[in-house]
Amino acid sequence: MAADVKAPPLREFPGAPQTLAPGAMAASKPYVATDKMQQALGFPGALADDWQQKALGRMGELLGKYRSLKVYMDSCVHCGACADKCHYFIGTQDPLNMPVARQDLMRSVYRRHFTLAGKLFPKLVGARELTKDVLDQWYTYYNQCSECRRCSVFCPYGIDTAEITMAAKEIMDSVGYGQKYSNEIIGKVHRIGNNLGLPGPALADTLAGLEEDVKEETGADVRFPLDEKGADVLLVTPSADFFAEPHVDSLIGYAKVFHAAGIRWTLSTHASEAGNFGLFIGSYEQLQKIALRIREAALELGVKRIVVGECGHAWRVAYSMWNTLAGIGAGGTDPFAKALQSQLDARYKQPMHICELTWDLIQRGALTLEKEANDHRVVTFHDSCNVARASRMGDAPGGQFEIPRAIIRAVANRYVEMPKGTTREATFCCGGGGGLLTDELLDLRVKGALPRMEALSEVAERHGVNFMATICAICKAQFTKVLPYYGFKMGMVGGVHQLVSTAIRLGPR
Amino acid sequence: MNAASAAYALLFYAAAAVFAGGLGYRIFGYARTPAPLKIPTTPAPVTRGGVALRLLREVVLFESLFKSNLWTWACGMLFHAGLALVLVRHLRYFTEPVWGWVAWLQPFGVYAGFAMAAGLAGLWVRRMAVARVRYISTPSDHLMLALLLAIALSGLAMKFVAHTDIVAVKAFALGLLYLDWQPLPPDLLLYAHLALVALLMLIFPFSKLVHAPGVFFSPTRNQADDPRETRHIAAWAARLEPPR
Repeated sequence: MAADVKAPPLREFPGAPQTLAPGAMAASKPYVATDKMQQALGFPGALADDWQQKALGRMGELLGKYRSLKVYMDSCVHCGACADKCHYFIGTQDPLNMPVARQDLMRSVYRRHFTLAGKLFPKLVGARELTKDVLDQWYTYYNQCSECRRCSVFCPYGIDTAEITMAAKEIMDSVGYGQKYSNEIIGKVHRIGNNLGLPGPALADTLAGLEEDVKEETGADVRFPLDEKGADVLLVTPSADFFAEPHVDSLIGYAKVFHAAGIRWTLSTHASEAGNFGLFIGSYEQLQKIALRIREAALELGVKRIVVGECGHAWRVAYSMWNTLAGIGAGGTDPFAKALQSQLDARYKQPMHICELTWDLIQRGALTLEKEANDHRVVTFHDSCNVARASRMGDAPGGQFEIPRAIIRAVANRYVEMPKGTTREATFCCGGGGGLLTDELLDLRVKGALPRMEALSEVAERHGVNFMATICAICKAQFTKVLPYYGFKMGMVGGVHQLVSTAIRLGPR
Repeated sequence: MNAASAAYALLFYAAAAVFAGGLGYRIFGYARTPAPLKIPTTPAPVTRGGVALRLLREVVLFESLFKSNLWTWACGMLFHAGLALVLVRHLRYFTEPVWGWVAWLQPFGVYAGFAMAAGLAGLWVRRMAVARVRYISTPSDHLMLALLLAIALSGLAMKFVAHTDIVAVKAFALGLLYLDWQPLPPDLLLYAHLALVALLMLIFPFSKLVHAPGVFFSPTRNQADDPRETRHIAAWAARLEPPR
């Protein structure tokens, strides 16, 4: 643990902060991307003299391309419904972390440069020139938003701060003021195929090692196939699953499920990453370029189904956007979409979440589960923001809440819910999403985890919860890092398929 | 006809033109701008019918605001519901004979004026008393509340303090509609009330009051949750698809 980073104390009555701490997080900002990282994505390397003109030009372009941005710039009435809903505001009390104040950093510029009222009476409507100071403020505070959309649940007009943060990041990228963590990772995906920069041979090696481990543990020949043409299922999972703890335990869980159900599956080196940081930087072009890798791998391997592993924003992109970006889904009538959609098996949802697949198998009695194997765990479930508020599982709205819980109840005896208002669509972000999972932002990440830690602490004290299951690689990495700051063990967080892995019985029934 | 009456008649034609034209321009702008990605805040309805219901709940019941904060919801509801009834009540100045349901609603409209003023006062107190909301308030936020409250109070004053000649007011209003101008009673309260209403109509399309049409165009609220079943693509995005 870093010595200079301290967790705020848990509060007796969690809720809205009653006092503001202006400027508290003014010094928190991520490293700026180097010119090489920028140029690799087609962005300028650094701020040029005419940056202001270019930024405003890009903003005008985005206002014409995204109805969300245009409507959200106009519609806010400053009612304050969102003001106390952001985990970063709750954890830092910095008023610029209130969603409405974060939006206003851009709205003030919009008013000055794009509206009559702001041109005539800037003071009256809070309009500001886009100066270097304002741009720096954007960089600081738009990099303190994890794009979790909790504010959008409570806004009477559905204003989604994530849309504004993404636009701000795209504008900053377009003038050479990008964020190192996200842009470096996107570069790795294009160069190597995944966020971690794990090359094909290393991946093959890791998977062979996992086969040995599982053989030793269970005696079963559970396979971890890579680039196998003719497999039915292409599994696309976050690359953290290949070696990070506790992620890898869920990968083992998926493999056991496929093995037990007799499904021929494969991973792909070309598409060895479910994550799509194009979302975080708000770039449609990057989103699409990364999503096209999945399309290419699916066409190349000839698979019938595409299944996505435990990753929150990846599932948002897969579920909500793959059909748009890469024609992975159904209903496409254009040649581009049909080329893939005619290959995929229309009896299955495309793409499918691994939880949908596992739950379907459990309901059909295709898996042998020994719930008692998880009796040493008292489990709770942390809804990941992108799954909860930007996607669905199953046929009915809310399936994204019910299906993972149903799986947990099927594989574990002891399950407890965290307090109302901290779960389902009102869930709190882990504090590390949106491209903020980087060490230089650790102080922000620890503080942003406060509301989740308060909820966890309540069920830990009252019910002895010792395992928080989640279905997101970023949540897992973030909690592993910040749990110790709040006095919890880092091993307390893990995947839903880690629980499945513990309970599932392989071999003849 | 006197000069003041003529000035007010012209003012209202101008205000109505700016209101309708400005709002139409806004709505046209929103409708013309594509939403390239599926971004409904989930759980979301999976059908268009479900979306219509969600929007209806949002507009009539302020569903999301209710989830957020009961005080803001209650004050906002008092104000908006009160305003709606007051507007309906004012239809009697523009219809002859007065429509039956408008006549039936008249007694409720009186109380609605008080509800509207109380709601506005509550919202203003909240804007000043809660540190978070005070922090995000601009001068225009306060002025907007002042304007609406002044309209409500001047209207109530004409009902309960100093009656104005409403028969003449109605003749003036109908005269505007049928291009047969009639004099406006010389009453300072009435002059103030009408001037403030005209001002509201003039600034409506250029202010945060466009949240009224905005909510219908909010992609997080007006999109159906069906991205796996249908392919959603904007024209500018379709052009980015790689050639095969």
